[in-house]
Amino acid sequence: MLEIVNLRAGYGAVEVLRGVSLDIGQGEIVALLGSNGVGKTTTSSVLSGLLPAWGGEVRFKSEPITGLSPQAIVDRGLIHVPEGRHIFPNLAVRENLELGAYRRGKANRARNLERVMETFPRLRERSAQKAGTLSGGEQQMLAIGRGMMAEPDLLILDEPSIGLSPLLVEEMFALIGKLNESGLPILLVEQNVLQSMEIAERAFVMENGEIRLSGPTAQLMDDPELKRSYLGLA
Amino acid sequence: MPDLAIIVPSVLNGLTTGALYALVALGLTLIYGVLHIINFAHGALLMVGLYAVYFLHSSFGIDPYVSLLIVPPAMFALGYALQRGIIGRASHGRDENILLVTLGLSIVIENLALFVFRSDTRSVDTPYSFEVVEILGAFLPLPKVIAFAGALVTAALLWLLMSRTDLGRAIRALAKERKGAKLVGIDVDHVFAMSFGLGIACLGVAACLLLPSYYVTPQVGHGFVLIAFTIVVLGGMGSFVGALVGGLIIGVVEALGGLFLGESLGQIGIFLIFILVLVFRPTGLLGHKV
Repeated sequence: MLEIVNLRAGYGAVEVLRGVSLDIGQGEIVALLGSNGVGKTTTSSVLSGLLPAWGGEVRFKSEPITGLSPQAIVDRGLIHVPEGRHIFPNLAVRENLELGAYRRGKANRARNLERVMETFPRLRERSAQKAGTLSGGEQQMLAIGRGMMAEPDLLILDEPSIGLSPLLVEEMFALIGKLNESGLPILLVEQNVLQSMEIAERAFVMENGEIRLSGPTAQLMDDPELKRSYLGLA
Repeated sequence: MPDLAIIVPSVLNGLTTGALYALVALGLTLIYGVLHIINFAHGALLMVGLYAVYFLHSSFGIDPYVSLLIVPPAMFALGYALQRGIIGRASHGRDENILLVTLGLSIVIENLALFVFRSDTRSVDTPYSFEVVEILGAFLPLPKVIAFAGALVTAALLWLLMSRTDLGRAIRALAKERKGAKLVGIDVDHVFAMSFGLGIACLGVAACLLLPSYYVTPQVGHGFVLIAFTIVVLGGMGSFVGALVGGLIIGVVEALGGLFLGESLGQIGIFLIFILVLVFRPTGLLGHKV
């Protein structure tokens, strides 16, 4: 579905990604893990065209998408729900969702809107409210709902659990699992290693702009290095 | 204290002028609200619109109101091209650059107009130029009444566009959240240029409505743009309703100022309001918190 080969990118003169390779298959949840500043968000920004790649290749549905504009990437069905939500605070909740279908899924907008509201009843309650007045958790739901409006073929969720209370984090991960049930492949970019590993089939662990570890989560759970560096287990 | 028979016509006159001010200010506030730039070329572009209406009339005999079908779309195209080809390109994403580019544009456009048209004052003669309508016992020039109605209709259309269409939603979304806009697939450069084009199209409408009761010179934009800035500040930067209400208030203040203080001092009230708003309510009457 998505293959990233030896991707390099950065800001100004600073190279952040130093040859990242990963892949996501049909219907999979793949977690991209690592602590702050290792290049996870840089990776997702290159995937969605916000940031140019310096080298390497990204292929989506077997077609190269490296260097395409964000809107061309949205057209192809690769939808990025960014870290920090980036919803439209001055627009009503409903308008935020409608704009999710700005380029894709226009024909089914009403049906998809209904479906998103069903998944997130809170958004229906607040559909006329300005999105900026929502709580952090609700804003995260709105950001995901907006992404779903574009009928994604692959969804990148960047730090969906950040800033949420532990209870909401639970709920969020359950929801991500549910989104995936219908076969939607998801790239889950997270710092929350344990909970991400629970719902992902495979995981890639980043360190310093490179993939340090990768494999099926069941196998990674037993990896002594992962235990030591990320789970705080000796 | 003058009696009502003098005050009522004065207020009505102020409202008709104010609606046109509002139309100029609407364009300015739209461009400011979305692109976060102050368009110093606004007055010069209004002048371009007025000359377009003038020459369509004098060379082809096209009535200024018929020009509503030609000039606003042409001004929209001009605005789109200016933003996409010059302003956006030269700004490199920095607001202070945009400021200077629009200022430079206004200087170039005005001096070109001076060179080509000289500083002669020109106006159009239409059969209805001197017709009057009676409203509440006051006699108002027909072109001013039409201008008032036209400005309100334009404001309403613009409001519908902004609140009911995908383009309007995209414009508002882009005003506050650029990254989010890119991620839903909004073409940022295109929507910026559309916003600029719409703002300039408002000037095209204003030009068509204005010329039958006004005149054009290469410097005609100055007076309007100064007042439009005041309205934008008064109404709250980027606020649509604010620009409309602000325009009407300023029009009435100017008319009453002229009545009580004499024609030449009429505008004192406007700038008094401007200063008072800046001191006591810098976000404007309907503006958001800073």
